Parts: sequence; C-alpha cells; structure tokens
Amino acid sequence: MNGLKIIVLAKQVPDTRNVGKDAMKADGTVNRAALPAIFNPEDLNALEQALRIKDNNPGTTITILTMGPVRAAEILREGLFRGTDDGILLTDRAFAGADTLATSYALSCAINKIKEFDIIICGRQAIDGDTAQVGPQVAQKLNIPQITYAEEVISVKGKKIRVKRRLERGVEIVEGPLPILITVNSSAPDCRPRNSKLLMKYKHSSTVSERQEKSEDYITMINERPYLNIKEWSVNDVECDREQLGLNGSPTKVKKIDNIVFQAKESMHLTNNDREIEDLMKELLANHTIG
Amino acid sequence: MNNIIVYCEIDEGKVADVSFELLTKGRKLASDLKCKLEALVIGSKLDSIPQQLFPFGVDTVYIADDARLEHYSSLPHTAITVKLFQEQNPQIALMGATTIGRDLGPRVSSALRSGLTADCTSLEIGDHEEKRLNKEYKNLLYQIRPAFGGNIIATIINPDCRPQMATVREGVMKKEIFDMAYKGKLEKLDVGKYVSDTDFVVKIIERHMEKSKVNIKNSSIIIAGGYGVGSKENFQLLYDLAAVIGGEVGASRAAVDAGYVDHDRQIGQTGITVRPKLYIACGISGQIQHIAGMQESSMIISINNDPNAPINSIADYVITGNIEDIVPKMIKYYKQNSK
Repeated sequence: MNGLKIIVLAKQVPDTRNVGKDAMKADGTVNRAALPAIFNPEDLNALEQALRIKDNNPGTTITILTMGPVRAAEILREGLFRGTDDGILLTDRAFAGADTLATSYALSCAINKIKEFDIIICGRQAIDGDTAQVGPQVAQKLNIPQITYAEEVISVKGKKIRVKRRLERGVEIVEGPLPILITVNSSAPDCRPRNSKLLMKYKHSSTVSERQEKSEDYITMINERPYLNIKEWSVNDVECDREQLGLNGSPTKVKKIDNIVFQAKESMHLTNNDREIEDLMKELLANHTIG
Repeated sequence: MNNIIVYCEIDEGKVADVSFELLTKGRKLASDLKCKLEALVIGSKLDSIPQQLFPFGVDTVYIADDARLEHYSSLPHTAITVKLFQEQNPQIALMGATTIGRDLGPRVSSALRSGLTADCTSLEIGDHEEKRLNKEYKNLLYQIRPAFGGNIIATIINPDCRPQMATVREGVMKKEIFDMAYKGKLEKLDVGKYVSDTDFVVKIIERHMEKSKVNIKNSSIIIAGGYGVGSKENFQLLYDLAAVIGGEVGASRAAVDAGYVDHDRQIGQTGITVRPKLYIACGISGQIQHIAGMQESSMIISINNDPNAPINSIADYVITGNIEDIVPKMIKYYKQNSK
C-alpha cells in the first residue's frame, strides 16, 4: 500500500491548567496575555498517533492544519521538529470570534483546499473550551465517518482503519473505512520529543507574516530553501461562504460572563493544633458524620 | 408546537441515569414554556423502555428499534436524530455529556447548523435583548457553563437557530419521578426511512465493558486532594485517612494533570459530580470547575496552607496548615475517639 495522507488538526491554547495569581486582572477577568500559549495537549496525543502511522506506512505524509493568530505558527514548527512534513496556518480577522460550528466550517473549507486526505486526526478537545465538538463537526461537514475517544490506532490496512476507543466503562475496538476523522484521548501515549536533526533543519521556518520584519539575508535563505516556508492562508485563499465564518457565523452567543463569586458560608477556622483537631474529630463522630 | 426532545441513552437494556436527570430538567423547562416533553430512544429490543420514561412526565416517546442499532454508532444515530429533529422542529434538544452524547451532539448540531453548548451546569429560561439589532428574544434557553479552565462562568444563548442544543454531565442535575401515573404516547419510527446501509460503515469488532473500579459518586465520605498535596506519595495520606474513616479518594483536575492520581477520580465539571455527606478538600484551591462538582456536599472541610484559598469560602471548617501534619492527626484522633 502506498503512503497515506494525514491531516492533523491542532490548536494553540492558553495554558489554563496553570492559572496563577497574576493571570487574573484586578477587575476579576482573565488576563489571557499572562498565560503561556501551548500546543493543546490532546492534539499532541493525536500527533503521536499520526507519527506512528507514518512510521509503519512508508511514504505517508503529515500536514498540521491550525487556525489562529500569527503566533500559532509556533505549534506548526513544533510539528515539523517532531516529524510532520508540512504546516498550514489559517489566519484572518474574518475567522475571529468563531464558536465551534464556525471553526469547524472554516477548517473544513481549508481541508477542501488541501483536497486529498485519508485520515484526519485531532485531539478530543482543547483545554480552553473543553467542548469536544470541533472534531465531529468537521467530520460532518466533510461527510466522512468519525471515531472519537481513540486511545490507539491499531492498524491501517487496505483502506480500513482499526481503532481502540476508551469509553466510560471500558474499551471498544472499531473498524471504519478511509477517509475518516479520528479524535484522540489524553489516555493515548504522549507525543515523542523534538528530533534534534529536524530541529536544526526547521529552526528558521516561518510564515510570511512572521518574515515581515526580517533581514534580506533571511529572505534569501528562505527562497533558497523552500521547505522553510510555512504556508499561511487567509480567507481569500479558501473557498467559503463568509456568512458562516467568525462571530457572525456562530449560532451560539455569549450572553454574559461572570467571574467566580462563591456564596460565602460562615466557616469555623482551625489551626494545626492537636486540641482543635481532636475536638473536630469528636464532633464529627458525635453527629454521625463519620463512624 | 415546538417541544423539548431529550435523547435517551440505553445502557444494558436500561435507560442511563443521565437521561433520567435530563428528563427531570426537561419536564421543568417544558412546564415553564408550556410545551411538551419528548424523548428519543434508539437501540434494539426496547419494548420495556417507554414504561420507564413516562413517569418522568414524558408526553411522547419516539422509538427507533432495530437489531442493527443494538450498540451506539455515530452515523446511524446521527441520521435518525437529524431527520426526527427536521420533522419535529424542537425548540430545545438535550443530551448527556457522555462519550455517546459528545460524539452525537456535535455531529447533529453541524448537520442542522444549530448551536450546541457542552457540559452545562445549569439550564434556565430567560429573555434576551439584542441592542445592536434592536431585537427582543423571549424564552431562550440560557446554557450556563464554566469556561476557560473553570475560571469564569459563561451564559450561552442560541438566539436564532433551533433546536437550542446542550449537553449535561451525569450527576449534575437531579433525577426525580414526576408522576407515576403520567400517560404519554408511543411513536415507533420506521427505521428504514431514517437510516441507509451506508450509515453502518463503522463496525464494532470487539467491546469489553469494565465496570469502573472506583465508585466515588456513591461514596458518602470523600477525601479529595489538589495540586497542593504536592506529590503522588503525599496522596497516600489521603488513602490512609479514607481507609480509616471509610471514604473514597477524589481529586481536582490540577492533581490529575500533575499525575498524582488517575483521571477516574477527578471531581468537577470535567469529572464526576458528587454530593457526599462529608467532603474533605486537601490542598485544593477551589477553581469553579472543581467547586461545580462538589458544592452540594452536606459538610465541607478545607485543609490548606493558604488561608485565602477560594474554596475556604464555601467550607464549614477551614483548617490552615500542611496536610502532612494535619491528616495524620485526624487519623490519630479518629482512632482514639471511635470504638
């Protein structure tokens, strides 16, 4: 069997797992700028599965597609350092403010431009929204089947893919035809580290927007080594119905955002003092909360 | 009439708890909106199912019963749900935020180009004024959920698209019988008209169900640890306390992400929702995503070396200090004072 064409969908996300004190502004809203931007963790699990398929099927190519601001090209480079063949950044103000449906529409339009693919693979969900919706919605827009909650791609043989799924109460092994979309769980193996040879090779790769401030020498280098060019597509590069993009194309609207205010209870305050802790345990025993 | 439809999941011949919880919520919303509550069930050998559903105040049960539908699969369930929604045009559609609902929901919403909000912690009916367009919307579904890793709470609406779709996790809403004698009608769908053979391309080769080993949800005492526990080794203290006083060990997302405990112990919006008699939070700061999953505990004790940890404001007892000191003392004084 000839190599496969794989598209990995990935997202650069603020690291919501490490929200420190300076991540909240004085007015109680989230200061996104103070949060580091990272490769969405489950998209890395998905990338690893793609790389394993490539390891087992010579001639396979992997393209990462991401939608986001110019800086999201960082995760495309991270992919190149680990063994992907290509990266595409979909970036335009027209895509901004999109909910999951408008995001999946934009991604599906970009995939239609890429045209040929056997497997689309992405993380189950992104840590900034936790919705798990974009994968299945992209599959629906492309009219291809989906396998969600994947923990392992077991095999790809004769235009069929076999996948182990991790569900609430066990596992399921399913087989589906290519082309197909797979979403990968965090229970799948972690992504391999950067490869030092690839790191040297792609260190200077960039998108056209990132090159705007660069020297002439740098531009000459890029022209001599076309593999250092990371593709950047705007809304004009993909065929789409603009009504379905961005904020206007999003059926869900945010009515309001509340910061967290707990309804304070009257608490009893204790310290690390033997008497106080003994009294507490006695009280819990006496009122049958424990024991 | 635009009604409310709840997609009901079947688990080993029984309706899943999350579906009963959604029907309970759906019944209240339907009464507020003066519309009907309907249920959609897809599976095989479903004869006993409608009788389980009617007491929850269901006016119509749609049944798609076919041997090929025995186990959940994305495409046939999407095909049936989408076509039924196109025929019935419900104003609200609810699903469990399970591996099934979160596979099916987005696919259905994409096909209908309708908005879907995942993992809601609260659903309410309310109005909305769109000042920009000078437009008033009456009786929208407010879909309320924590966002951004649980640091904010967002109220989401779908002003123009129907159905307004939402998923809710198991245990978030309460399950309550509405009326044991409630009478609804049964509508059997002609499955052949809803699915085609090409919908069955993904085949299940093997499935083995393993019952979840930990049973946090039904434990009346929970000792939960957060990032502040500091290490996997320190978590052993929590297991020790749980073993002595008879509880289960839970964890916050931060502790799970740090690798201190497995994901099946995670409590909160993206984990399990619990309502135990006693909740002892050790080294948990109290992000809303965690609070959302435990705030209805009858009694909360917070042990934290930060006296200003947000969780302290909902705790009945706040113990300021290190868990390495305090937990062993709790074990010691429990043993001394119990018989």
